[in-house]
Amino acid sequence: EVMLIPTRPRLFSVCRNEDLKEMLESSKESLKLEAMKRIVGLIAKGKNASELFPAVVKNVASKNIELKKLVYVYLVRYAEEQQDLALLSISTFQRALKDPNQFIRASALRVLSSIRVPIIVPIMMLAIKEAAADLSPYVRKTSAHAIQKLFSLDADQKEQLIEVIEKLLKDKSTLVAGSVVMAFEEVCPDRIDLIHKNYRKLCNLLVDVEEWGQVVIISMLTRYARTQFTSPWKEVRGQSGEVMKAFYESDSEEKKGHTEEKPYIMDPDHRLLLRNTKPLLQSRNTAVVMSVAQLYWHLAPKHEVSIVTKSLVRLLRSHREVQYIVLQNIATMSIQRKGMFEPFMKSFYVRSTDATHIKTLKLEILTNLANEANISTILREFQTYVKSQDKAFAAATIQAIGRCATNISEVTDTCLNGLVLLLSNRDETVVAESVVVIKKLLQTQPTQHSEIIKHMAKLFDNITVPMARASILWLIGEYCERVPKIAPDVLRKMAKSFTAEEDIVKLQTVNLAAKLYLTNSKQTKLLTQYILNLGKYDQNYDIRDRTRFIRQLIVPSEKSGALNKYARRILLAPKPAPVLESSFKDRDRFQLGTLSHSLNSKATGYQELSDWPAVAPDQSVRNVEIIEASGSDSEEESSESEKTSSDSGKSSSGSEQSSSESELEQKKKKKTKKVPQKKSKPTAADRYSEIPAVCWSLRVTTSSFGPVKTYELLHHMTGKGLAAKYHFPRQPCLYQPSMVAVQVILSNSSDHSLEEIHIGDRSPASLSIHCFNTIERLEPEASVTVSMGIDFSDSTQAANFQLCTKEDQFSVSIQPAVGELLMPSSMTEQDFCKEQGKLQGMNETSATITMETANASSQAISKQVLSVANVGVVSSSQNNFSRFAGRTVSSGALVLVSLELKESSTALLTINTEKTVMASMLLRDIKQALTQA
Amino acid sequence: MIHSLFLVNASGDIFLEKHWKSVVSRSVCDYFFEAQERATEPENVPPVIPTPHHYLISVLRHRIYFVAVIQSEVPPLFVIEFLHRVVDTFQDYFGVCTEAAIKDNVVVVYELLEEMLDNGFPLATESNILKELIKPPTILRTMVNTITGSTNVGEQLPTGQLSVVPWRRTGVKYTNNEAYFDVVEEIDAIIDKSGSTITAEIQGVIDACVKLTGMPDLTLSFMNPRLLDDVSFHPCVRFKRWEAERILSFIPPDGNFRLLSYHVSSQNLVAIPVYVKHNITFREGSSQGRFDLTLGPKQTMGKAVESVLVSSQLPRGVLNANLNPSQGTYTFDPVTKLLSWDVGKINPQKLPSLKGTMSLQAGASKPDENPTINIQFKIQQMAISGLKVNRLDMYGEKYKPFKGIKYMTKAGKSVLQRMHIVNCK
Repeated sequence: EVMLIPTRPRLFSVCRNEDLKEMLESSKESLKLEAMKRIVGLIAKGKNASELFPAVVKNVASKNIELKKLVYVYLVRYAEEQQDLALLSISTFQRALKDPNQFIRASALRVLSSIRVPIIVPIMMLAIKEAAADLSPYVRKTSAHAIQKLFSLDADQKEQLIEVIEKLLKDKSTLVAGSVVMAFEEVCPDRIDLIHKNYRKLCNLLVDVEEWGQVVIISMLTRYARTQFTSPWKEVRGQSGEVMKAFYESDSEEKKGHTEEKPYIMDPDHRLLLRNTKPLLQSRNTAVVMSVAQLYWHLAPKHEVSIVTKSLVRLLRSHREVQYIVLQNIATMSIQRKGMFEPFMKSFYVRSTDATHIKTLKLEILTNLANEANISTILREFQTYVKSQDKAFAAATIQAIGRCATNISEVTDTCLNGLVLLLSNRDETVVAESVVVIKKLLQTQPTQHSEIIKHMAKLFDNITVPMARASILWLIGEYCERVPKIAPDVLRKMAKSFTAEEDIVKLQTVNLAAKLYLTNSKQTKLLTQYILNLGKYDQNYDIRDRTRFIRQLIVPSEKSGALNKYARRILLAPKPAPVLESSFKDRDRFQLGTLSHSLNSKATGYQELSDWPAVAPDQSVRNVEIIEASGSDSEEESSESEKTSSDSGKSSSGSEQSSSESELEQKKKKKTKKVPQKKSKPTAADRYSEIPAVCWSLRVTTSSFGPVKTYELLHHMTGKGLAAKYHFPRQPCLYQPSMVAVQVILSNSSDHSLEEIHIGDRSPASLSIHCFNTIERLEPEASVTVSMGIDFSDSTQAANFQLCTKEDQFSVSIQPAVGELLMPSSMTEQDFCKEQGKLQGMNETSATITMETANASSQAISKQVLSVANVGVVSSSQNNFSRFAGRTVSSGALVLVSLELKESSTALLTINTEKTVMASMLLRDIKQALTQA
Repeated sequence: MIHSLFLVNASGDIFLEKHWKSVVSRSVCDYFFEAQERATEPENVPPVIPTPHHYLISVLRHRIYFVAVIQSEVPPLFVIEFLHRVVDTFQDYFGVCTEAAIKDNVVVVYELLEEMLDNGFPLATESNILKELIKPPTILRTMVNTITGSTNVGEQLPTGQLSVVPWRRTGVKYTNNEAYFDVVEEIDAIIDKSGSTITAEIQGVIDACVKLTGMPDLTLSFMNPRLLDDVSFHPCVRFKRWEAERILSFIPPDGNFRLLSYHVSSQNLVAIPVYVKHNITFREGSSQGRFDLTLGPKQTMGKAVESVLVSSQLPRGVLNANLNPSQGTYTFDPVTKLLSWDVGKINPQKLPSLKGTMSLQAGASKPDENPTINIQFKIQQMAISGLKVNRLDMYGEKYKPFKGIKYMTKAGKSVLQRMHIVNCK
């Protein structure tokens, strides 16, 4: 049957979706999978499959991995449209975030953070924070990606996200580095201060980071370096030297001389960056090579930049699109630094198989590289290009020849002659382009061109391209005195064809007429009048305007006043020659390798590269302190750390083995040093509980601190020196609202340090625990407090798990008192009575108790009740009534406790709740507390 | 970074879309279609196209445009490199990367794209890791899957991503341990009309197929490493060792991978192993032209030149060609004016030639543009640069692997000979 379904014909898509719905709701896994596959097919085609959302979302918790993955694909695509339904799936992901398998945790976070539903922002925030502290670097990497997703969903979270970024930047895993720098670039690229302490680490990790991360890190470090180091470029230094001179001018002569002589010394950190990026020029990833090339271009001393040349030229053998981008960058570089690419000139020779835009770029570069020495080779090459079958390219070559001719005066005549020969080419575009270029060249060389102009006038009748015709007309007009016989004749022909010409040709005809009128009015007066009349009634208003203007200017009349005298000087003024220059001339205002550079316009989100600072900012900000604020020896320590980091820099640029070794070594060193700091600085988990809770469960008062009871989890005798105690801090659990927060105090009473304290297997297996982070090391006599969360599912069944050290495992269990499974709920007396009214009958448990006399006051009652149960006091208007309200942590069921005082210290204790088992246990506990002293 | 991806075929239909952030309407591709229409050839579509709210960065491979939608500043090469990596992955998975193959495997394609990018940033692009996550389809597996409804998705989650060698999966086991290396060199050249070389260069790659158990650590050395002028490595190669000793030392990925790409220093003169003699003449007053082409081998160290294919774009004025090949077959497309001649193997005793006449459009002027000939060929068992592998050693494992090495030389993207058309009176 399964085989048949795909072939069954379907006429309407509605019908098909019904089918799919049925399949999704079937009990067969294979049918569901088949349905999901087809749905993914629909999504891929861009067809709308949103109506299937309810049917699909049901399968989110499926055990089948592929089915699950496909459901994830679907969810991410449609969650934004179906926000309410999407929320149904959230709890599945929250559960998966606690999974022992790192890949499941990571994929849960990936999907959760991809669901673009604003309501879940707080949940995402918590999940990110938690994942950022995960043991698995893969999960931490995912959390770095999630930071960007959350930021784009809700930019208000910026400050909190920066905290997470700051923490992740400290991460030493190569897996995380690229992703967190990406998050940094997206969320807070201006917070350069966050980089200081991580600068050397990033430089040293760079070779081992995955290739995509390398690109991001390198481009960030380029920006960083331009704000922190002084310029290694001599000429710029000269300028800054002048600035300094001016600055010190008022000071003594001696000092001035001193500053001038001070040689440039590169900051070792600047050198570190250059040294550690160089091997990446050998990367197989073209983006990495390009990013190193731009780093050298923007940061290296001028004489070092050329080491990137060979690698860039290598990239030219890659795909067409890669060539395009690399050629663009080379075009910009080659304007400033001809020498860099000149030896590789032949690599830029155009092949007939190249795409047009590649050809044009190569032409651009060849033109940039042209000098006196190589121009003949280049021109010979250009000659073959002109004969190319690709006419657009041939035209571009003619432009290039024009540029060579203006730049290198030795060849101007040769080029001009060559171009004139092209005027007899059969192809119109070639001829037209030649005319345009010749026009520009003649302007730069205003001697001996009457022959060429005559030649062009002869060709005029055969040329139809408007731009070329207009150019010839302009030339004849401009130099009409040198071709006195031909010019009027051309005007005569133009008068005949005027109405049929293109607009630019008409404008130039009017110009020509005006110029001839001024120089040779005897022959051309009538013709000019005629053309001006035609122009007066032209359809194009530009032409009408121009005609009117010219008439006023050249034809003397009463109205035309003073301007008329100057007509000749206006129209026949010597005009500056056009400058033929590269379109890449000012491209270097953009950082090389960027999208903006490629487009030659500022792209959204482009970060300007700042100018070098005249004076380097404090260098010591990059020193890494290993011990924070521990007084006298800190300075020694930091200098030592500097040494280790630069040492590892040398080794890590080699094989990954040696680098990981050195990293390990470093870690070991740091581990040992870190320990004393552990005490003063709270662990990550601890810090979380300090952050005010983000609560989505309704109306929960923060806490009603009663006296804290501490229970023993592990005795130091059984724990071979490891002792553990726990208590319930009665705070809402941050990890997940359905969890009860537990704080565990671990102490080491043995004589040796304990390593890797963490939580191992648990039972029942479904028990969901949020574990504390592994404690890497606990010194003798030291203790540490950690937080965990346990979902007891509103039952007093013990949570059993293993507390492990590196060597041993100890089974321990936490049995909660029923009162700890509650959280306080604030409500008014009216609400209390109303809710109590709803929970009558089976939901009510009550008992008459005789209280200890000391407990008879309402304050004492509150104290006793709060000591056993985590509930909130409801203010009461009646003296003989005490009321308390709470909710169960897991399911949120209301628990109402009321105590009515009768005579002679008897009282009626009533508990109203759906959870009857809990009610009876709670009743027992409260009764015990009130009857005892 | 990368917002969305659209796959567009030659006729301008979007046949697949994938979004990694919020959905971008496919109407954004209209800007791409405009550029596509403007372009005279499919290759001429600009790789970067700005639109009012997005930027489109595209690559063209196998006649499919992979169009990525970008919203803000990003190095364009980053996107281009990634798109090519996607194509390579598809090719690796499906054997070919065609519209049909992608459509047939749309679920695998989607699963791959999902793993390769997270929020537009590359996540897993290493083939070894992807293959652990998603198994490539095989005919057998497809059949089994259809019948049993089982999956392509790996049962176990990958381990490689987390190890010190992220490119290699753990627990590799083979009964036959083999390592094959193919040294493939490509020549690109421009030859002028008289037959002298204007520019020629050799670039080579070493492609490896390594099927070795466990965590082998290999070293590969060359007889003449000085030949290698510029190199780029697979991430597995230890750069320091190469710098110091010119030895490739690496823990290989499992399966096929490109170990090294290199460029042979340009000081060495490159001899192109094939020469072409041509003679194309048009006579004034006649609508017929003469066409004469002869091929011959040159400095091949006794190795045969095979799979020779010659193609040329004849001038637009040429209406038809009536030619006679001494061996092989030729075709001439009167619309595109593309002449292609499948020569096969060159026999040095009897040189292949293609002779005959071309007819010109009546009354059309004689062509004044110069066509070029593109030559393709293959030579087995020879690296034209003379590069030789010295030895391959394995450390870290105890078994004796089978080691194989193969050399080949072929024409690169373009070995171009510029032709000269003689118009005589």
